[in-house]
Amino acid sequence: MPGKKNSEPKSPDAPLLRIRDLHKSFGDLEVLSGIDVDVRRGEKLCIIGPSGSGKTTLLRCVNYLEKPTSGHIWIDGTLIGEKQVGDRFVHLSDHELAKERQEIGFVFQRFNLFPHLTALQNVTIAPRKVLGKPVDEAEAEGKAMLEKVGLGHKFNEYPERLSGGQQQRVAIARVLAMQPKLMLFDEATSALDPELVGEVLRVMRELATEGRTMVVVTHEIQFAAEVADRVIFMDEGKIVEDGPPAAILTNAQHARTRAFLSQITER
Amino acid sequence: MGFWEIMFEQFPYFMPLLLRGAIMTVTVAVGALALALLLGLVVALLKMSPLRMLHGLASAYIEILRGTPALAQLFVIYFGLPDIGIHPEPVTAAIIGLGINGSAYLAEIYRAGIEAIHKGQIEAALSLGMTPTRAMQYIILPQALRMMLPPITNFSIILLKDTALVSVVAAPEIMFFARNLVTETFLSMHVYLLAALIYLCMTIPMARVVAVLERNRQAWQ
Repeated sequence: MPGKKNSEPKSPDAPLLRIRDLHKSFGDLEVLSGIDVDVRRGEKLCIIGPSGSGKTTLLRCVNYLEKPTSGHIWIDGTLIGEKQVGDRFVHLSDHELAKERQEIGFVFQRFNLFPHLTALQNVTIAPRKVLGKPVDEAEAEGKAMLEKVGLGHKFNEYPERLSGGQQQRVAIARVLAMQPKLMLFDEATSALDPELVGEVLRVMRELATEGRTMVVVTHEIQFAAEVADRVIFMDEGKIVEDGPPAAILTNAQHARTRAFLSQITER
Repeated sequence: MGFWEIMFEQFPYFMPLLLRGAIMTVTVAVGALALALLLGLVVALLKMSPLRMLHGLASAYIEILRGTPALAQLFVIYFGLPDIGIHPEPVTAAIIGLGINGSAYLAEIYRAGIEAIHKGQIEAALSLGMTPTRAMQYIILPQALRMMLPPITNFSIILLKDTALVSVVAAPEIMFFARNLVTETFLSMHVYLLAALIYLCMTIPMARVVAVLERNRQAWQ
């Protein structure tokens, strides 16, 4: 399209995810007040912070489930949710936005599996209906993904017959089947009974070893310490601290970070 | 002659005529239901539109049709339209009248069904790269339809009985034949009881279907 400048030249060193001056308000309430983040290809970023600090909203802005009030997001050099026409930014059409979202996997706190579909159908529906893959190819890949998350014996179960941990693993397989460039996890274990948290974290750990780019909003400090390349602490819509996990989690510079961490480890 | 003797004697004469009417009753009911199902979905989608004007139009449509008697609507179509040069056949007028009337009720059934689906479902569908249209088609509607089936079947029962209204525009359905038979034989009790029995034979199986659907819905959720 003439006049449409949607991509920058891609260099291997350019960040996969770039967020600049992101603001988001709900009515009078400003939830994000100017966020700048770069995430490298293959980087594992954990975002921690008290509830209401804006971390979930930030994640939801990245795949445009929330429309930012201002600021911009790029993935692999491509603007998310908008395009530049001349020097103006214009919202993408439903179709263009859907195309961008194919490359961004999102794992929800409450799984959001489709209850009318079996585990396998949950995993294959997007490859089939969005990417247009033939049924047998989608099913072969879907089965491989379910096996990968340890659910090779649950292909034909409906979500209601699965435990929370199993449902969340199906949800992760569903995201993997789309082979996204970037995976976003929104408190993926917060809705689980304590004894089911481990199985989901195990899967997430395994994914982390595969060179995937992951942004993980979590309260699991231990997981962040082991898996993250970098940790961000957010509070009141701002990034308070940003650095390697050792520095943030054991040697935080800010009083607010230290207060939050001591609260969370006291549980 | 006693009541049952007369019934026994007249039955072979009444029944074929009433059953002929029953075929027309079913025809009108099915035609009106098809129209209502289609039109109702359009109205429901318009009412859920983020565009204020479309939402307003759909709301007004529903309010007007639910707030006025179906009989008045039928009269407007059958006796009113000829004033502006349109002369609908009785059966056509009946199907259109009941169909439009029913679409207002179905629109609300659809809307309730769609809105009952958790917001996380549409978000999950969108996050996988579906357009809103595809998400509606593959994720929302299949779930909503299962929830809507019992109220839709209930509506069909009411619609089937409401077809009795259209005898007043001379559509030859059960009550139309029944009234003619009464004029002819003065056997009001016999004829109308038989007519009611025919309706009952059709609505009871439908009510069973609702019961089964309700059970299945609970099992699935």
